[in-house]
Amino acid sequence: MIEIGLGHYLTLSAIIFTIGIVGIFLNRKNVIIILMSIELILLSININLVSFSIYLQSLVGQVFTMFILTVAAAEASVGLAIIVIYYKNKSSINVEQISSLKG
Amino acid sequence: MQTIIYILPELFLSIAIISLLMIGVFVKKSFQLVNLIGIISLIFAIALVINQPDEIVKIFNQSYIIDKLSIVMKVLTLLFCIFVLLSSKEYVKINNIDKIEYPIIILASVLGMILMISSYDLIVFYLGLELQSLCLYILASFKRDDEKSTEAGLKYFVLSALATGILLYGCSLIYGFTGSTNFEVISSNLDRNNTGAVFGIVFIIVGLAFKVSAVPFHMWTPDVYEGSPTSITSFFAIVPKIAALCVFIRFMYVPFSNVVDQWQTIIVFLSIGSMILGAVAAIGQNNIKRLMAYSSIGHMGYALAALSTGTNSGIQNTIIYLIIYLVMNLGAFGCIFMMKRENVFYENINDLSGLSKNHPILSLGFLIILFSLAGVPPLAGFFAKFYVFMTVIESEMYALAIIGLLTTVISAFYYLRIIKIIYFDKPKKPFELNYDWGLKIPLILSSILILIYFIYPSILIDVISQIKIYQ
Repeated sequence: MIEIGLGHYLTLSAIIFTIGIVGIFLNRKNVIIILMSIELILLSININLVSFSIYLQSLVGQVFTMFILTVAAAEASVGLAIIVIYYKNKSSINVEQISSLKG
Repeated sequence: MQTIIYILPELFLSIAIISLLMIGVFVKKSFQLVNLIGIISLIFAIALVINQPDEIVKIFNQSYIIDKLSIVMKVLTLLFCIFVLLSSKEYVKINNIDKIEYPIIILASVLGMILMISSYDLIVFYLGLELQSLCLYILASFKRDDEKSTEAGLKYFVLSALATGILLYGCSLIYGFTGSTNFEVISSNLDRNNTGAVFGIVFIIVGLAFKVSAVPFHMWTPDVYEGSPTSITSFFAIVPKIAALCVFIRFMYVPFSNVVDQWQTIIVFLSIGSMILGAVAAIGQNNIKRLMAYSSIGHMGYALAALSTGTNSGIQNTIIYLIIYLVMNLGAFGCIFMMKRENVFYENINDLSGLSKNHPILSLGFLIILFSLAGVPPLAGFFAKFYVFMTVIESEMYALAIIGLLTTVISAFYYLRIIKIIYFDKPKKPFELNYDWGLKIPLILSSILILIYFIYPSILIDVISQIKIYQ
């Protein structure tokens, strides 16, 4: 039986973090998927903070997690609002078509 | 109760924002009123900040600091925000973005910046940063029936949220490996053998570099500057830079002060990259807002060059460079706001051709500002670069100084190209005369300050040299 320690949690969070980052850059289809990837990144940070908090026997990490959860909700709502107004102008949220600004 | 006195400016601003929202809801067509009250409350906030005590105060369980650095940076943020609001008033009205949310969201983002500037704890820093960036996402896409503006907002949102995520991952590593979120405790628990924390430093630097738009995290800058309405672009180019650079200084010199050799190489790399890209990529641009974006990337490179030295004089020269750059930028955007004909604002460099024949005084102001941005003596821009390179050479980083000087020469090309277009090309139809004093005052002020800086440079230097982080 393997005992699950800090290292396992950190590895899990690192894997989720990487999935989030790769998701933003590999995704060529839909902006909503980018929004999901951002949420994944923030959740991986929460796993990191909570496991550190238990390991260090200090509550600061869990308080930090609560703040990140609330701010992530606010961020997602602002992001969705921006996507909605973008969709109204362009009638598409295809990532490949977001390219009218370049030079 | 004693501690409440120290956060009076922040409290005042938040109450002002809430009451402005109320006024906006209950008074019809109240943009002018809200804008005016917003500017007045910013002036009050400046007075409150200046009245703060002279000694270093740490409040709320050492998570919030009031010292010389924070006071100077707060005053700068509020002051430049007032000038941006004043100079963009007419643009906002003509482009139909004169909604009450406009000044209110700007005030809220300024509140976030002030929190960031004073933060002495990772949690407080994160909350300030998010308050600022959530407002900036909305501002970038403020012209919501315009395709370019919404696209700029979307791009800024995605990239900024990614950068915040990376920065937070760094914060979590720092917390885990040093056992605290307080800057001073981090500083005493951090040493170079602490590999996990050093990883965290790299992540945090990535996030901060995004906020100051340093290469290689600059991708958003040209797009957001071009896409968002010019009034917002001038805000983006001036105000958030102060808070971002202040946080950069605070992070590098307080929590990470024991591992200077670890972060120094990264900052030098960021600085060299920004200077080179800022000089080379701006050459082919036709849109003046895009050109200002690349110019701001380059200028941030010079500011980071002074910061990378890791000394007190490095901090001071970064701040002097920042102040002079902000004054020049304010003037430059003032000139861009002047490019108006029959309620249409022009953005291309070719629209400036032959400006000197029709508007000699405006062209003279533009000439001074562009020469100063290029770093021609005896204008203020030259002295700013001079101080930076002096510090860099004193710290024996000769390669950085040489690359910096070379890129200054290259970047002079595209500033001089605009001057050539203004003075020697065929004149076009004249722009409308502008009677708005809110726009004229910042423009005149910035040209005169740039021009006469060399007479009394000691005024600025005396104030800034009181800022010391290493005692």
